[in-house]
Amino acid sequence: MVLDCRHVWDQISNYIDGTVPQEFRDAVEEHLAHCRHCAAVLDSTRNILVLIADERTFEIPIGYSERLHARLQNAIAAGG
Amino acid sequence: MELIARILAGERELFHQLVRPYEKAVYMAAYAILQNEHDAEDAAQEAMLKALKSLPNFRAEAKFSTWLISIAINEARGRLRHARVLKIESLDAPAVDEEGTPVPAVISDWREVPSEALERRELRELLRAAIAGLPEIYRETILLRDVQQFSIAETAAALGVREGVVKTRLLRARLMLQKILAPQLRSKRSGLFGLFRSKAGGSWF
Repeated sequence: MVLDCRHVWDQISNYIDGTVPQEFRDAVEEHLAHCRHCAAVLDSTRNILVLIADERTFEIPIGYSERLHARLQNAIAAGG
Repeated sequence: MELIARILAGERELFHQLVRPYEKAVYMAAYAILQNEHDAEDAAQEAMLKALKSLPNFRAEAKFSTWLISIAINEARGRLRHARVLKIESLDAPAVDEEGTPVPAVISDWREVPSEALERRELRELLRAAIAGLPEIYRETILLRDVQQFSIAETAAALGVREGVVKTRLLRARLMLQKILAPQLRSKRSGLFGLFRSKAGGSWF
């Protein structure tokens, strides 16, 4: 199976998640080995996903947990 | 499950322990929709209170985390709808096109931006702004799946859509982010991370 770049882009998200069928996966890998543009799209997408998953990227407001549990405690104590 | 049974049997204080592992995810789910820290925190608290009240209705076949997150999503969506009714003009927001694969930024090579670079506020803001700029359905999908690391099945359950829908939205969201961010991260690399490079003594650029 020979894929063009557009077909690879269609599968790139599933490829990252490991949900591409094996036969298709081989064709994607074959394409990536020879297409530096698609390889760069894959590498940059993966890199961006690592960065956004880092806990420093999205911080929770300071004191959020304390305020939340204080409010829950009030409701628990009130039987609500 | 045992914890839930004990809470329902009267040990209500254990509710703190039950929800503690998910409190960040609840906040992030609300934030994905409301895009404002104060509103997200308020919605997260309200969702937790609703979960406490509704715990007797929780069905064991569901996963507690996705049940809790779906309460937060509904709470946030309800607030957003209310805000939109107050601001009538935003009812005319353009429909989101869910067809086709976005064209990514086609670049010839990629040099990895290391996680250590997140020490720079500029990088964190760049990433947050890119996600904030996504249409809501993509923003909430990527925040649950790629930020909170929910599985595809959990993301689908929390959002109340099929797994295939999550996969399609993920593809679009990830390529949209790549298209926005890859050129910016490349062009700002030296300016944004230059200080960090010298500090770390690395040679990634």
